[in-house]
Order: sequence, then C-alpha cells, then structure tokens
Amino acid sequence: MTRQAKITEIVEKVSSQPLVVGPDESLFESGVLDSFALTDMVGALEDMFSIRIPDSDLAPRNFESIARIEAYLDTRS
Amino acid sequence: MAYLQAFGAYLPSRIVDNHEIAAATGTDAEYILRASGIEQRRFAAPGESVSSLGICAAKDCLESAGLAARDVGLLLAASSSSERRFPGPASSIGAGLAINGVPAIDLPIASAGSLFGISLAAHLAPAYGNVLVVASEVMSRVVERTPAHRDTAILFGDGAGACLVTAEPGFAEIRDSLLASDGDLAAALRLDLNAPLYMDGRTIILQAARKIPRAITELIERNQTTANQVEVFLMHQANFNLITRVAHALAVPEDRFFLNIQRYGNTSSASLLIAAAEWRQQHAAPIAGPLVFASFGAGLHWGALLAAPPSVGNRL
Repeated sequence: MTRQAKITEIVEKVSSQPLVVGPDESLFESGVLDSFALTDMVGALEDMFSIRIPDSDLAPRNFESIARIEAYLDTRS
Repeated sequence: MAYLQAFGAYLPSRIVDNHEIAAATGTDAEYILRASGIEQRRFAAPGESVSSLGICAAKDCLESAGLAARDVGLLLAASSSSERRFPGPASSIGAGLAINGVPAIDLPIASAGSLFGISLAAHLAPAYGNVLVVASEVMSRVVERTPAHRDTAILFGDGAGACLVTAEPGFAEIRDSLLASDGDLAAALRLDLNAPLYMDGRTIILQAARKIPRAITELIERNQTTANQVEVFLMHQANFNLITRVAHALAVPEDRFFLNIQRYGNTSSASLLIAAAEWRQQHAAPIAGPLVFASFGAGLHWGALLAAPPSVGNRL
C-alpha cells in the first residue's frame, strides 16, 4: 500500500466516510474533517508511521490536505 | 498543607436552548449537540454582571463551608469576560461580600483561571488562612451570535463558581499541581479590545487533546497514582467531545469524568468550579480516592491538580 493510500485509509476511518476530495483539496473546507476528527487523524498518523508529532507541529495547516500531510511526513523521514 | 473545604456555584435563571442559538447562527440544534454535547446554557440578565454572579457563587460556597465572609483571608477572582479593563472584578466581589480590606487579586485567565486559582490558593493558604477562589464569566456578552461566528457562539454560557481553600483540614487535601503556559499560541484564542471572542478551534482542540492528558499523566505518575485509581476527574467543561478524548487517552471510563456541559455549556474559567460544586453536592460523603482537576484554555494556559483524602490525623 502506498503512503498516500495509507493516509487516505486513515482519513476515511476518522471521518467515517469515503474520501472524495482530491489530494490538494482542503479536508477542512470540504467538511471531511472537523476539529475532533483532525485530532483522531493526527494520532492515527503517529501510529501508522511510527512517529511522534511534537506539539509545535500540531498546526492545522500541516494536515489540511492529503498533499500537505505527505509533505509534512517528508519532513519527518 | 492546604485543603479543599467547599465549593459553590451560581447560574443565571435564563435558560437558552440550542434552538435559540441555532436560529441566530444559521445552524441547527442537532448540529450543536453533536459538535459540543451542549443542550442548553444560561445567560445573565441585563442587570447581572461578572461581579454579581461571582458574589452569589462566593456566598453559596461560604454557606456550604459554614463560614462567614469575614473568615476569608484572601480572595482570588478569575474571569476572562470582565466588563472593564481595570479594576477587575476581584475587589468588587470583595466589596459585595463586605470584606473590604481583605486582599483581592484578579486572575484574568480564561478557562484555566480557576485551576490556577486553586493551585495558587494552596500555596497561599498557610500564610493567609482561608482563601476564597471565585471564577465568574458572562461569556454571552463577548461572543457574537451570527453565522460568521457560529463555532464560538454555540459553545458559551454564563455562570460562576467558587472554592474555599484552607490551611485547616477539609474534605480533600491538595497534594500537588502542574501548571503550564505557552504564549506562542496566544493568538489562537483571544478576546481583543472591541471585538468578539476569536477561537481557532482546530488549533485549540489539537493542543488541548494532547496537553491535558499529558499534564494529568505527569501529575499522577509523580504522585505514585494511576488514572484508574482516580475517583473522579473534574475538568473544564469545554466540549463533551474533548472530554471523551481525554478519557480515552488516559484509558479510563468516560463516566469517571463528571459532566454538566450539557446544561451549562462552556462557562470558561467558571466551568471547573461549577462542575466541582455540583459533583460535591451529589457526593457529600468523605472521598475514598484521589480527585483530579484539569483545565486548558487561552494563553495558552493549562494544567492539572491532584487532591486526595486527608492524611490520617487530618481527617474531618
């Protein structure tokens, strides 16, 4: 499974809906993630990719779209 | 050594349900309930103020403690919705209790103000005797109930709480507290001059969901306690969904967290003490295990406080 597919799986799980937005579209503005689903997603990303996201990186913009999540994960690899 | 002696609360009489808020903010009542766990909140009457609510809560607390206002040696008053820049409500609450001359200190800290107040009171009680901590908020006048401000308008309510911290033995001994602040995110939740309350909800929830469980865990571990030993968690009633996530992060049942947000909404600094007052009213018997208080809010300020049955020899 590709990294993007893993992220998509997480987003679908925490939002309880199939992901229909593109990788560059906002998961917030499209209504896919509310504040609490965002929190759940960050925890799931940590588990899935075996990383610990520091509080200083807990900025919503880092997780606004699939592309931004991938870019953030690039900084952690 | 300091003790929790009693709590008190005051809620304005006007009940505002989700239908009324939904109509003003262009949403629906079910959405408000789903997003926050709130069913209704209270709004202060035109003649009520931060000080007047605080005075009522203080009197309720003193009555529960069986003490008179003249027995208070220090007053700490938390509020984020004071009607003026200065003086804050502390001295007015003191005047309303007819204890002019007793030092009254303002804590202009939203949400976590009462937790900071109890922690400071625990340190100051040996010097000042009975320390009355009051938290009072009229949030209905600082939020804008329009569709553009829906996410904050649905949350907040008005109310006041109080807590008496003493050097004399009370029903619980304050064992330890952990307080923290981080100004890098001060802009994420703020009340600017001549502007309605602003909250970047995503940032606040992300930070709170991480910092609250961590503060509680650090506090209880350094006191050789586990989350499962805690009798009750009394948290700032910010959002039902946040409280359940804290419970899950600590791996304790949700019902170990006292909840009244459904009836009062988020009353900022007052919510912790209103919750504590209602919990104590329902559980008047001597406590059997540790109590944990926890708050998070604008500043950012957050923390947790551990209280426990008084040590042998200091039991009431």
